Amino acid sequence: MTDAILSTRSLSKSFGALQASDSVSLDLRAGEIHALIGPNGAGKSTLIAQISGALRPDSGSVIFDGQDVTPLPTVARARLGLGRTFQISALAMEFTVLQNAVLGALGQRGRAFRVLGKVMRDKALLESAESALQEVGLSEFRNTVTAELSHGQRRQLEVAVALTLKPKVFLMDEPMAGLGAEGSQRLTGFLDGLRHRAPILLVEHDMDAVFALADRISVLVYGRIIATGTADEIRANAEVRQAYLGEEDAA
Amino acid sequence: MRRETILNVGIPGLLLAIGLLAYALDETYIITLATRAAILALAGVGLNIALGLGGLVSLGHAAFFGIGGYAMGILAFHAQTYMPLWGVIGGTTSMPIIWLVAVIASGLAALVIGALSLRTSGVYFIMITLAFGQMLFYFAISWPAYGGEDGVSIYMRNNFPGLNTLVPLNFFLICFAVLAVVLIFAGRLGKSPFGLALQATRQNVARVEAVGLAPYKLRLMAFVLSGAITGLAGALFADLNRFVSPSMLSWQMSGEIMVLVILGGIARLSGPVAGAMVFIALEYVLEDLSHYWHIYLGAILLLVVLFARGGLVGLIAGREVAHD
Amino acid sequence: MSAALLAEQLLNGLQFGVMLFLMAAGLTLIFGVMGLINLAHGSLYMIGAFAAAGMAALTGSFLLALAAALMAAAIVGAIVEMVVIRRLYDRDHLDQVLATFALILIFSEGTRFLFGSLPLYLDTPDLLSGPTTLFGGLEYSKYRLFIIAVGLAVGGGLFWLIARTRLGIQIRAGKADREMIAALGVDIRRLYTLVFALGAALAGLAGAMIGAIQSVEVGMGEPVLILAFVVIVIGGIGSIKGAFVGALLVGMTDTLGRVLLPQAFGLFMDASSATTVGASLASMSIYILMAGILLFRPSGLFGGQA
Repeated sequence: MTDAILSTRSLSKSFGALQASDSVSLDLRAGEIHALIGPNGAGKSTLIAQISGALRPDSGSVIFDGQDVTPLPTVARARLGLGRTFQISALAMEFTVLQNAVLGALGQRGRAFRVLGKVMRDKALLESAESALQEVGLSEFRNTVTAELSHGQRRQLEVAVALTLKPKVFLMDEPMAGLGAEGSQRLTGFLDGLRHRAPILLVEHDMDAVFALADRISVLVYGRIIATGTADEIRANAEVRQAYLGEEDAA
Repeated sequence: MRRETILNVGIPGLLLAIGLLAYALDETYIITLATRAAILALAGVGLNIALGLGGLVSLGHAAFFGIGGYAMGILAFHAQTYMPLWGVIGGTTSMPIIWLVAVIASGLAALVIGALSLRTSGVYFIMITLAFGQMLFYFAISWPAYGGEDGVSIYMRNNFPGLNTLVPLNFFLICFAVLAVVLIFAGRLGKSPFGLALQATRQNVARVEAVGLAPYKLRLMAFVLSGAITGLAGALFADLNRFVSPSMLSWQMSGEIMVLVILGGIARLSGPVAGAMVFIALEYVLEDLSHYWHIYLGAILLLVVLFARGGLVGLIAGREVAHD
Repeated sequence: MSAALLAEQLLNGLQFGVMLFLMAAGLTLIFGVMGLINLAHGSLYMIGAFAAAGMAALTGSFLLALAAALMAAAIVGAIVEMVVIRRLYDRDHLDQVLATFALILIFSEGTRFLFGSLPLYLDTPDLLSGPTTLFGGLEYSKYRLFIIAVGLAVGGGLFWLIARTRLGIQIRAGKADREMIAALGVDIRRLYTLVFALGAALAGLAGAMIGAIQSVEVGMGEPVLILAFVVIVIGGIGSIKGAFVGALLVGMTDTLGRVLLPQAFGLFMDASSATTVGASLASMSIYILMAGILLFRPSGLFGGQA
């Protein structure tokens, strides 16, 4: 396995009788988009939570940038360069769009305990925030209160905040959800270019986007990875067809 | 200028004007009321850093108010009895030194209480801050060295370099100046990097963690700043009354400080000042009207909570949120 | 210290704990089912005590006094729920704190207006006054034994109510999922009023029983309320079992601390400083207990996620 920046080793997590993660091992290499797909309830969110640090695994480990980060909390992992977006938008809803982006830039810079100096007049932070908003196409909404954004715009802002973190790895939990066809396409194009800045572990339901973007795809069913491979390999995989795509064909 | 900015200058300006007008009309009692309002406003500005910016519903801020008060009471007590504290530290009657001690002592208390309480959130946090406040209240009652339940009386108001503090207007101006300085600080704090991060913890903890900032540390720092400012107010309050007793540590005191923040408008810079003025005015008017004025206060508070959530400043300034 | 004195103090601790349980059970039930923090719970305790004192003065009957306390607290509780509390379920904790703080002001001053500022006294009934002889020749107050018995019986009844009855099923379902229970066709508004009135009645009962030991006065409820909060924090919010264990822990710690700590300090200090230091420390002992438990279990002994 060459230059994996992020990898999980035999991650297991159960809630009572439910085995949400069953010895999951996957890795993310430089420059790639690795998509994680699977039917609802397959354990994708649980896995993401263990990688981001929100949930402690029962056993197994998470290796990030050559370091075992399993015991580290979310904050420490974020500081090491793990930039995530949330499935359900987690934004400061009373803030403006720009304030949310500046918050990200502030997190990236650190030194958040300064009690003097105006944060919204800080050139470096503003530059980073503005350019992230520009990239996702939210510049014109910079002064809009986040609660007033559409669902899709919030997804874009999630991505913008992740950009301000200048992370080593992106962890994106369904960034396309609620975007609509046009928005989806736009973001697909954007992520396509983004992989060269930092690799992306992408959880996504939008299969068009997944098959268009992913260098590799892992399929998670009942907490277990049943296959990992290129788009073509996954399409051809019998087990995947039966367990996952088969269900969709039937529907 | 935006309405918010006008209010931030206008409301404290009104308090100053009332104090000066009362002096011109020789209404000493009104000057004392204005002084009380300025001090309670200061306590409210302190609480508002935790409550308004950080969303931390502390029902134990009387602890810091009382510690500030006792810092003054103990230092002045040792000065007036010429008995050094622990045999070494002489007391003092110098306000600046007393303030410094009050700020440090209440800040340290906030650090300890905050470090424990902030391990929890929500209702737990409310109950625990209330409980720690009560703990200090009972401690003050059972510790006989400084009067226990009866408290400590100080015969002379403490000194401020170059001013006769026994002149009511002078003491009012001192309190108002302290309030003004702290208001400016709190205003800048809200717009600082720390203020942005703190306000984000109130709205979405997961977001703050995801950008690599530690909510616990941000909240703890807010709690300490908040406690220290409320402690400073406590020192001034004790100096105003020339008396400190466990009642300054009581849960009712915590409730009153919170009520005046809410009456004025939470998370508004000048909210506590408006709230304190209204609170004192209500006390003055209603107490005259009826011996049972707390009934009316309760009814008004209930109506504000149920129907006017932005408080008074919210009613005047609208729901506009400060953007920069 | 003699074994008899220790036994007496243990019983005192038990009595105090049982009384705290009656307060804490209502609070934790109301929080568990409705998600409401109710500062005015202490007012219901006070209302119970005043109703009992009033009825006792009128009729001379202790039993009628207890009944009056239960009724008055339950009725006031139900009315308050329907008029004010109901509007607070969807609000944040801050609004709940403020509105119920406002209720304290209204209730306290209202009671002062009706009954005056002087404390009232409620006599223990003849049947229960004086001491009785327990095992090993131990003399102990009949009335305090009565409180312990009533408290334990009510506690048992409460466990039975929640585990076995239809109402209990609804309460447990209401804790788990509000929409689910509404979908099952249970009148959720009625259920909430009922739970609130039940909690109020427990508080009223506690107030009435304690009223015969201490004086009945305005402001008597809030110190007990705050102790009940400590109980809930220790036991875990929403857990009746936690409230019971927490109440006994707090009752015992407080009672024994007041007796034992001054004696303990007396071992290596002169008597008067030992009394001072011991008493001061004892006044803080339950809060120190709370802090200690928080360090290890931030959501209490029987609590889920904080």
